Amino acid sequence: MFYREAGDFKTSYSDDGQTFPIAFDRWRYYAVLAVAFLVIPFVINDYWEKSIIMPFLVWSTVAIGLNILTGYCGQLSLGTGGFMAVGAYASYKLMTAFPELNIFFVVLLSGAITAAVGALFGLPSLRIKGFYLAVATLAAQFFLVWLFNKVPWFYNSSASGQITAPERSVFGILVTGPNAAPWASYLFTLVLVTALAWVARNLTRGKVGRSWMAIRDMDIAAEIIGVNPLATKLSAFAVSSFFIGVGGALFFSVYLGAAEVGEAFGIDKSFLVLFMIIIGGLGSIFGSFAGAAFMVLLPVLLKNVLVGGLGWPTDLAAHIQMVIVGGLIVLFLILEPHGLAQLWRVAKEKLRLWPFPH
Amino acid sequence: MKRHLALLAATLLAGAGPAAADLTFPMLSYRTGAYANNGIPFADGYHDYLTLVNERDGGIGGEKIRITECETAYNTEKGVECYESTKGEGALIYQPLSTGITYQLIPKATVDGIAIHSMGYGRTSAADGKVFKWIFNYPGTYWDAASVMVKYILEQEGGDIGGKTIALLYHNSAYGKEPIRTLEELSKKHGFKLALLAVDHPGLEQKSQWLEIRRSRPDYVLMWGWGAMNPTAIQEAANVRYPMDHFIGAWWSGSENDVKPVGDRADGYKAVTPNGVGDDYPVYDDLRSYVADKGLAAGAGDQLGTVLYNRGMYAAMLAVEAAKTAQQIHGTAKIDAAMMRDGMEALEITEEKMTALGLPGFGPAFTVTCADHGGPGSAMIQQWDAKAGEWKIVTDLISPDREVIAPLIAEDAAAFAAESGIEPRDCK
Repeated sequence: MFYREAGDFKTSYSDDGQTFPIAFDRWRYYAVLAVAFLVIPFVINDYWEKSIIMPFLVWSTVAIGLNILTGYCGQLSLGTGGFMAVGAYASYKLMTAFPELNIFFVVLLSGAITAAVGALFGLPSLRIKGFYLAVATLAAQFFLVWLFNKVPWFYNSSASGQITAPERSVFGILVTGPNAAPWASYLFTLVLVTALAWVARNLTRGKVGRSWMAIRDMDIAAEIIGVNPLATKLSAFAVSSFFIGVGGALFFSVYLGAAEVGEAFGIDKSFLVLFMIIIGGLGSIFGSFAGAAFMVLLPVLLKNVLVGGLGWPTDLAAHIQMVIVGGLIVLFLILEPHGLAQLWRVAKEKLRLWPFPH
Repeated sequence: MKRHLALLAATLLAGAGPAAADLTFPMLSYRTGAYANNGIPFADGYHDYLTLVNERDGGIGGEKIRITECETAYNTEKGVECYESTKGEGALIYQPLSTGITYQLIPKATVDGIAIHSMGYGRTSAADGKVFKWIFNYPGTYWDAASVMVKYILEQEGGDIGGKTIALLYHNSAYGKEPIRTLEELSKKHGFKLALLAVDHPGLEQKSQWLEIRRSRPDYVLMWGWGAMNPTAIQEAANVRYPMDHFIGAWWSGSENDVKPVGDRADGYKAVTPNGVGDDYPVYDDLRSYVADKGLAAGAGDQLGTVLYNRGMYAAMLAVEAAKTAQQIHGTAKIDAAMMRDGMEALEITEEKMTALGLPGFGPAFTVTCADHGGPGSAMIQQWDAKAGEWKIVTDLISPDREVIAPLIAEDAAAFAAESGIEPRDCK
């Protein structure tokens, strides 16, 4: 019905190879973008910005980053929290050392710095893989958090070790700090996230992405057909860390405004992001968004239903919420091990044939 | 169907509540997570005292108190979510109950115009009311506590601790690092050697730190711990046979939860406290008859009289007194957040007032002023009596060494003002 291919003729390869080959899909995508850019900024308030949309966007960026590494290139990583911390501390140092630098460049440079750090920690991936690599990246997580806690230079020797984002603006409009309007910091983040998701989608469709997937599927075969494992694995680590670094920078400077490394970027964050991409779907950009939404928004929804709606005691609600989210994760992985993205894909397949499944 | 679901989800997510006419006191509590042990008694104390005021006095100045509780699990992001979701409901004052969340909320609340009372925690330099107009941390700060502890050691050692070693065992976070600056200054002044021993979250792994203590035998060990770190440290101290009466905790390292798991060997452990301990105060008669016996007690209702319950009750008492002061200043019972702030700033706690409230000698008497949001900072030392199974106050109020602390506060507040472009207020 909706997903019609009849009458939707492609006359060139580029038409056939586009991200959304089905017209309905394409229009839906444009509609989502239009709502995100043209409607939400006018209706957003503090609560929606700080509690729902910003965490969703920031975690989506980070999830895309890990998905590139784990989902597309098959390199298991538990260092996500540490790399986010690199992004956050890089943006803090850049903001305080170069006050004139535009926040856009601060965020992108933080990503670049994280990319370099990520590539460095990606070096072991040339020799080891699977669980062994996971442990090596786990070392990155602990080392980086320890480093930012230990060396006062990173937090400008503040008494408590907390870093606080100074106010920065784009075109004279504040986007960081407490005085920033919700729509401003939202739009700033949205522009970055949209651009990054677009880049990620196209990277994974092109030559680079194909070599990542070749390495993921069978590295020896990939090497035989001419994929350079060194360049491919390191590029996956670098690109992935770039996204995670940008996510970390946004997490600190735009979303929270202050952070403390042990609490904000602990090992639990690495696991959270790993859950996001497993629930969302490995090797899918849409899955990164879906997984982030699932892990970040569901607890908030449950809290509002149980405490706000039903008036349960907060501790009971918090525990029940853990049970529900945990149970859903288990249920999900049993029913659909390939995550939300696969569920969406199957639904689309069915809709394309509906009402004549044969 | 899909649209209906989306609509339902949207309304539920927004958690839209009607703006109530009552006096709203939001509670950012943590009854779950790694620090729940300590979060529960504090939250119960805060909640119960407000319930008592509602039940016994019919609210503050005839206005009922509405308590909105929100679970943070001591997590900063959840804390921010809680703040954003409750601030629109006429919130009068916030107790963020975590150093991390306090740091998050200081700039936000300042912009939103809602007062924060980070009682004895949070950012120490918020004691400077000229820079931090909306933040209050009376009756004392971490730097006061550190100074009180050193003063107590001075007293014990007959006024001279030159050449002695004091070790600081601290939680490796903003909270634990807070006293270091002051202790460094004090070590310069008094000539003692300061040894810093960091313990990483959650604090269960501290074997190497205690090996170091066993090796170097510092004369005193001070502890800035929270949650599971405290009983672990006390257990380790007992294991290396460190003399317990030379081991002094901060005021978040001295509750029943910290010493009871260690049993008899924790006997003699000390901690600093800004408030009284035990349930030997007249207010407890009211708490029992108006709250506990009516089944209105928060949580399981089994925390009455514990150290952290008392502290939560103390925080609620100060908030209620500030609200009363605000009502007097502005001549209306229906105060808003801005009026509440004025009440916080004009708060005067006297011995008579505390006696009238059923809390004689519970804490220091003090007056808050425009320039000083930090209170006197004087505190007592409590000691654990394992046989009786209770904390005992062993000193009078000790006042901190403001000569050392005041310049540190001024310096840090000035740095914050410069960083965030705040013009310090003029205080007469």
